[in-house]
Amino acid sequence: MIAELGLALLWIAAALACLSLVAGIAYVRTGKDDLAALVRPASVAQGVLTAVAFLLLITLFVRSDMSVELVVRNSHSLKPMLFKVAGAWGNHEGSMLLWLTILGLSGALVAIFEKRLRNDTLIATLAAQAALSLGFFAFLLFSSNPFKRLPVAPPDGQGLNPLLQDPGLAFHPPTLYIGYVGISVAFSFAVGALITREIGPAFARAMRPWVLGSWIFLTLGITAGSYWAYYELGWGGWWFWDPVENVSLIPWLAGAALLHSVSVTATRNALRAWTVMLAVIAFSMSMVGTFIVRSGLLTSVHSFAVDPERGTFLLALMFIYIGGALTLFAFRAGAVAEGKKFALLSREGSLVINNLLLTTILALVLLGTLYPIVAEAMGEKISVGPPYYNKVAGPLALILCLVMVTGPLLSWRKDDGKKLWSRLPVAVLAAMIVLFGLVLFGGKVGVLPLLGMTVAGLVGVASLAPLWGRNLRRTPLPTWGMVIAHFGVAVALAGMGAESAFIKERLVAAAPGETVTVADFSVKFAGVKPIVGPNYTAIEGTLIATTPSGASFTLHPAARTFPGLMGGPPTETNEAALLTRPGGQLYAVLGQPVTGADGTADRYQLRLWWKPLVWWIWLGGALIAIGAALSLLGRAQLLEIWRARRARKAQERFA
Amino acid sequence: MKAKHQRLILALVALGGVAGAGVLAASALRDEAAYFRTPAEVKAGKAEVGEAMRLGGMVAAGSIKRQSDGVTIRFTATDGKASIPVQFTGIVPDLFAENAGMVADGRLRADGVFVADRILAKHDERYMPPQMGEMPKNMKLVPGE
Repeated sequence: MIAELGLALLWIAAALACLSLVAGIAYVRTGKDDLAALVRPASVAQGVLTAVAFLLLITLFVRSDMSVELVVRNSHSLKPMLFKVAGAWGNHEGSMLLWLTILGLSGALVAIFEKRLRNDTLIATLAAQAALSLGFFAFLLFSSNPFKRLPVAPPDGQGLNPLLQDPGLAFHPPTLYIGYVGISVAFSFAVGALITREIGPAFARAMRPWVLGSWIFLTLGITAGSYWAYYELGWGGWWFWDPVENVSLIPWLAGAALLHSVSVTATRNALRAWTVMLAVIAFSMSMVGTFIVRSGLLTSVHSFAVDPERGTFLLALMFIYIGGALTLFAFRAGAVAEGKKFALLSREGSLVINNLLLTTILALVLLGTLYPIVAEAMGEKISVGPPYYNKVAGPLALILCLVMVTGPLLSWRKDDGKKLWSRLPVAVLAAMIVLFGLVLFGGKVGVLPLLGMTVAGLVGVASLAPLWGRNLRRTPLPTWGMVIAHFGVAVALAGMGAESAFIKERLVAAAPGETVTVADFSVKFAGVKPIVGPNYTAIEGTLIATTPSGASFTLHPAARTFPGLMGGPPTETNEAALLTRPGGQLYAVLGQPVTGADGTADRYQLRLWWKPLVWWIWLGGALIAIGAALSLLGRAQLLEIWRARRARKAQERFA
Repeated sequence: MKAKHQRLILALVALGGVAGAGVLAASALRDEAAYFRTPAEVKAGKAEVGEAMRLGGMVAAGSIKRQSDGVTIRFTATDGKASIPVQFTGIVPDLFAENAGMVADGRLRADGVFVADRILAKHDERYMPPQMGEMPKNMKLVPGE
C-alpha cells in the first residue's frame, strides 16, 4: 500500500502545482484577489505532500520492500541502516524525488514567510516555482516512477555500488541538491520580478537569502565531495577536473557572482538587469549540470543512472525554462536596466570586475567540459584534463583574489586611489614575506603554486582589514561573514599551493618488517591481516609511522572486497589511511600483493604521500560556508522580526 | 567623467577581457587537449611520439606482467584489431583487470611502448564491450595513480 499511496500523493502534488500555476497566471492578468488566495495554500500543500511521498519512499527502503523495483535495484536487506536510508536518494528516481521535495518545501517556505515583496510579485514567483516543479513532476511521473512495483518480488536486492557506501556520500547529493534548488528559487524570484517589473532593492533583499543559502550548500557539497574523492578513491588528489566536479563548480561560480551582484542591487539599487540575468545564468548552469550528469553525455568518475531518453527529456525541459526566461528577459530588460550610477573605482566597480572574472572562469570551465562533446560530433575524440583548467582558471582565479583584496576596502559609489594604497601596506608586506620566504627557502616551486601562496598571504591579511578599527561586538554579522569567507579563500589557496609545491611521494613494494621513509616520517610496514566487515571482507595493512621527535602513529590502509550480488563478480574498493598532523596529512594506500620469483606473495604495494597543509583546502571551504552562513543570519533579520512581533503582541494586549 | 564614457570604458574592459580569455582558452585547448585513441589508430600512425594522449582499450587476457620492482606493470591494450604494449608504474584502480576495459593517460615512446602516468578503469560490473573498436560513451572512470 505504501508505494501506491506515495504515487497517489505525487499525482495530487502535481495537480496542486498545476493549480498554482494556472491561478497565478490568472491573478497576474486579472488582479482578482480570490485567485491569489488559492496560490499560497496550494504551494504549501504541494510541498508537504511531496515531502510525505519522499518519506514513504524512505520507509520502503528501510523496510527492504523487495516488491518495489527501485528498492531491489539499489538496496539489500543486509545493508547497514544508514545506507538503506541513503539508498532512497542514491539513484536516479529517488534523487529526482528528493529534488522535487526540496523544490516544493522551499516554495512552501516562500509562500509562508516572504513578506518583503509586493503581493503580485510574490504570486508570480510562486507560479514560476510551480512551473519549474511541473516539469520535474512530469519527468518523474512519466519516465521514472520511483514507486514502480515488480510483478514478482525477488528474495533480495542488488545492493548499492560499494563505492557509494560511505557516510560522506550518503549526505553529499542532498547537500548539492539543496544548493541547486536554492538557485532555482532565486530564478523563480527573477522571473516573478520580471513579470511584474518590480526589480529593485526589495526584490534583491527577498532573493538574497536564497542565493546565500544555496551557495552555502553548494560550497559544503563541493568541499565534502572533494574530500570524499580524496580519501575514498585512493588516488590522493583533491580535484580531478572531472566533468561531474565541474558541473557542481559552474553553478557555484555563478552563485558567487550572483551573491555579490545581488548585494549591489540590494544596497545600492544598481546592476539590476545584470542581477536578474545572473539568476537566469546560475539556474541554467545547474540545469546544464543535471543534464550532463543524467544524460551520460560525458564520461566521469561519478556519473550514474545513464539513459538517453531521460537526457532528451531534461534537454527539452532545459530549453523551455531557459529559453522562456531569456525571452522574458529580452522583453523586459529595457524596463529594469536603469539603476544608480557609480564610479569605476568604487565598491560597485570592484564587484563588477569580480562578476566579469567569475563569469569568465565559468565560461572557460564550461567550454572545457563541453568541448569534448563538440569535438566528438566533428569526428575527433578528445579529452580535456587538468592541464587545460589549471592554465586557464589558475591565473584568472589569482587575479580575482587581487580584486578580493581591494574590493572590500573601497567605499560605495566613489573612492580615490591614494586612499586605497594607504589601507594596504600590512597586507602587501605579508605577501612579500611569503614570497621571499618561498624563493629563499622553498627550493624549486612552480610559478602557479608560488603565486598562489603569495596571494594567499596577501588575501589572508587584507581580508581582515574591514575589521580594523571597528568595535568588534558591534560589527554587523554580514561584515563578519564577508571577512571569514574571504579569509577562508586565503586558507584554501594556501593549502592548494603548499600541497602542489611540497608534496612528497613514495611508491614501493614492501615486505613485512620493512621501513620506508617519506618526508620526515619513517614508516614501518608491520604486515597484513584479513578482516571481516558487515558486508565485505578486507585485507588490512598495519603501518607504524614515526616522526623525528619519536612520536609514533598507527595507520590501517585496507583493500575491501564486496561479494558480487545477483551473480555478478565481486567488487573491490580501496580504503586509504590518513594521519592528520598540524603540518599536513600522511596518506597511505595498500596496493596489490606482489609475487616474488619463487612464487610467494610476501610483498605488498604501498603508496605513501606527505601532503603539506592539504587539510587547509577543506578548512578553507568550511570557513567560506561559515562566513556565508553568518551573512545569511545577519540578513535574515530573525531577531528583528521576532522583536517586532513581540512588540505588536504587547500592543494588542493593551488595546 | 560622463556616465556614457564610463559605460563605454567598462564595456571595452569587458570586451578586452573576454577576448583575452578566448585567446587563452583557445591556446590552452590546442596545447592541452589530449586525443583519445584506440590501439588501431595508434598503429595506423595517428599518434605522435611524445604527445599527451588517452589510450582506450581492453586489457588482453594473460598479458599483465609485473616487473621485478613490484610496482611497475606491463600489459597489452587491445581493441580487437591491434594491440599496444603499455607500461605503468603505480597502483592500478580496483577494477583494473584482464579482459576489462581501461583508459590510460600518457605518451607513446619511440620504441612503440605506451607509457601511462594514470590508468582509469571501467567502473561497472555489467559492462560488455559492444564493439571493440570504440569504448562506450557511458563508461564511468576511476582514477588510479
